[in-house]
Amino acid sequence: MKRRDFLKNSVFASGVVLIPSFLKGMQFINPEKLSGYRNVIVIQLSGGNDGLSTIVPYQDDSYLKHRPNIGLNDNLFRLSDELYLNSQCRELKELYDNGEMTVINSVGYPNPNRSHFRSTDIWHTGSASDQFLKNGWLGSYLDANCESSYQGIQFDSELSLILKGKNLNGISVTDPQQLFNTTREPFFKNIAEQLDNKMLTEDNQGYLYKTLVDTYSSAEYIYEHFKTYESSSAFPNNKFGKSLKGISQLISSGLKTRVYYTTLGGFDTHVNQLNSHNTLMKSYSEGIGALVEELKKSDRFKDTLILTFSEFGRRVKENGSKGTDHGAANNLFIIGGGLKKPGLYNGKPDLENLDDNGDIRYEIDFRNIYATVLENWLQADARMVLGKEFEKLSFV
Amino acid sequence: MALSDLHIQHLYWRAGFGITRNDLQSIRKKSVEKHVDLLFEKSNFKPLKYDLSEFDVNIKDLSKEERKSLRKAANQTMIKLNLHWMEHLVATEGVLREKMALFFHDHFAVRLKNPVACLELLNIIRKNALGNFGDMLMEVSQSPAMIIFLNNQQNKKKHPNENFAREVMELFTLGRDNGYTEDDIKEAARAFTGWTIDKKFKFRFNARVHDEGSKSFLGQTDNFEGEDIIRILLEQKQTAKYICEKLLEFLLGVPANSEDIERCADLFYESNYDLETLLRSILTSDSFYDDRYIGAKIKSPTDLLVGLNRQVPIEYKNPKVILQVQRKLNQVLFFPPNVAGWNRGQGWIDSSTLLFRMKLPSLALNFGVIEWQPDETLSEEMLARLNNQQERLQKRTEKKVQAYPDWEKCAKNLNNSIEDLDAFLLQVKPVSVDLQSDDDLKTRIIKIMSTPEYQLC
Repeated sequence: MKRRDFLKNSVFASGVVLIPSFLKGMQFINPEKLSGYRNVIVIQLSGGNDGLSTIVPYQDDSYLKHRPNIGLNDNLFRLSDELYLNSQCRELKELYDNGEMTVINSVGYPNPNRSHFRSTDIWHTGSASDQFLKNGWLGSYLDANCESSYQGIQFDSELSLILKGKNLNGISVTDPQQLFNTTREPFFKNIAEQLDNKMLTEDNQGYLYKTLVDTYSSAEYIYEHFKTYESSSAFPNNKFGKSLKGISQLISSGLKTRVYYTTLGGFDTHVNQLNSHNTLMKSYSEGIGALVEELKKSDRFKDTLILTFSEFGRRVKENGSKGTDHGAANNLFIIGGGLKKPGLYNGKPDLENLDDNGDIRYEIDFRNIYATVLENWLQADARMVLGKEFEKLSFV
Repeated sequence: MALSDLHIQHLYWRAGFGITRNDLQSIRKKSVEKHVDLLFEKSNFKPLKYDLSEFDVNIKDLSKEERKSLRKAANQTMIKLNLHWMEHLVATEGVLREKMALFFHDHFAVRLKNPVACLELLNIIRKNALGNFGDMLMEVSQSPAMIIFLNNQQNKKKHPNENFAREVMELFTLGRDNGYTEDDIKEAARAFTGWTIDKKFKFRFNARVHDEGSKSFLGQTDNFEGEDIIRILLEQKQTAKYICEKLLEFLLGVPANSEDIERCADLFYESNYDLETLLRSILTSDSFYDDRYIGAKIKSPTDLLVGLNRQVPIEYKNPKVILQVQRKLNQVLFFPPNVAGWNRGQGWIDSSTLLFRMKLPSLALNFGVIEWQPDETLSEEMLARLNNQQERLQKRTEKKVQAYPDWEKCAKNLNNSIEDLDAFLLQVKPVSVDLQSDDDLKTRIIKIMSTPEYQLC
């Protein structure tokens, strides 16, 4: 049989394009059989979240001394004698009480960079602050452990550095149906269907073809799953809520994706931050609440770990405009159904011993957290992904 | 030896932004040396000019409100500078200078929202792009843009800041971990203390904060100043090697073999870092035209946009669309992600950028539609519905992109010939373009440019 005839037959037979052998393992799996298939959702609070208005040390005298105008002390949720949760985070408080949330304080890295772009790159790549890496830590994870783009999904219109690997990139999606339709433009469809394994060479041309055929098959695979499941929980009606809803549908529908990434923006609160930060906290908490609720309905919460970070925390001392400037170390949240050490992982941030800029000093390197997630949760070789050995923590 | 059409196209893609069929026909049958002569002849230096007089003020004289609006104006002007340079890239005959300027715009990557400093830096780079690398390195190092971006204003005797000292070695000369130590960085930082800028945004050496003591740098000891560090870095053969390795990869599209790197590094070093000597040698060498390099390079977003626009003149009624395209494709001019520059080569490509690159020609040339042969079995009613759908889509897209191609000029560029258009517009054989005999020029061009192969040059 000629290759083209075979192609035509297989297209008619299965309704899908011939899947090259490197994309094997893309069969449709029903959700029950996927039980135990672990995944990670990474969420970035973009702009630099004010961690001290999120997990509030309001019993600490120096907190209100540094924050006479914007310090929080009303309606907070108690986490411990020392630390309280922002008043907008009712859903988080519930997770915390259920033992489904770990708060890790004072997370950062040596010689912190206070530029959004640079510090985001550092968090995305897992680099040292004087090191420039071209691949993200989730991208490197895909490189070492996965076969196809759909195993790393970003809910966004562009793909961030975090999901860029050397050989394999994740895929960015805002609307699975739209992505599917774009790839099925007759002209592109015709090209994708003419590609075969022999053309997927190691050079740049082969790389383009690989990306195309991978996008083409992933788009279909994602959409085919997406449309089989409709989330019924109440997600906030904003971009973040839509992203989390999409993620919940994909996980619940049985898509074999390992890592998801999305962002909630607007945290660069230099001016009059009280209201704007509270609004963001509410979005975050409601979104997470709905996500967890949905994943519990589909019994996938036990296989899911949600890691929330921000590129830096904010200056301890408030500025002259009732806001806060760029800072350094910050808190980070781990949410999931299988936590080994829920609650407060470590002590409160030390507000007496700040660095030269007046920022919180880091106690835990963020790469220890990455290594823990990779090794203890995803059972991957963290050293291979991060390029270096980092000590594992005990939260999972 | 006369170059084949394919090889002339190769030369013009790598040393420029492609060539029109008209131009190609006028320079056929020249020897390779003559082709390269022509590229240099056309690339005289004229500074890129833009009226920035609104920023000619002393910030100290301004109120808080005025400063705020000046910052806003600066952000807007950065966009205008970007579009201004883009226009020049599309229009200029001096393509080799601009191509090299793009290489060094990435090599000396600075991300600032200061139009005065950024335009000055670009012109330093453009001025020296075909001249002497050592001169460029010194001028760039003393440019306000670099001094601000890498914090050398904060580099003082009592509180040294190592940012510039580290990057000048790691990124601009020797390359990461290539023959220097942390101590060398510390000592070099001391030598650069006092390099700052004055109120008028000019380089100033502030002797009061300069560390005059003795420094040991790369095995030499003396009371060095910043200029000495730059000189010593240029004395290192590794600097010539590092620049050649990077430039060869830029021109060849893939990493060069070690013999070519060594050969170029010898020549570059012996010519005292003369870029013209180096470029002439590379562009006339046999290995530059080796089969393995033809069509092997992934176009940068700028190559793609400029190349397309030089082939089919397009008027963007809303020039900010160009900026949006740059953003989607991850290369906003004047805005590299960080001091290490853009993620080049395969780094340009992921699922979103590849799909968008393939969609771009139809967006810019036909409001998002690639004409296709309708299925013969469809009913007339169905066909009418599809046509209707397509027209509505085009109307919506027109509002967004507002791009208007000039097909007459395009036909003239092509010498009114649509023969072998795919072999002319593509440097590699396509998997499928699905050209139909009754496709007109516009449909043909859009189809050929909407392929994965058009991403290569």
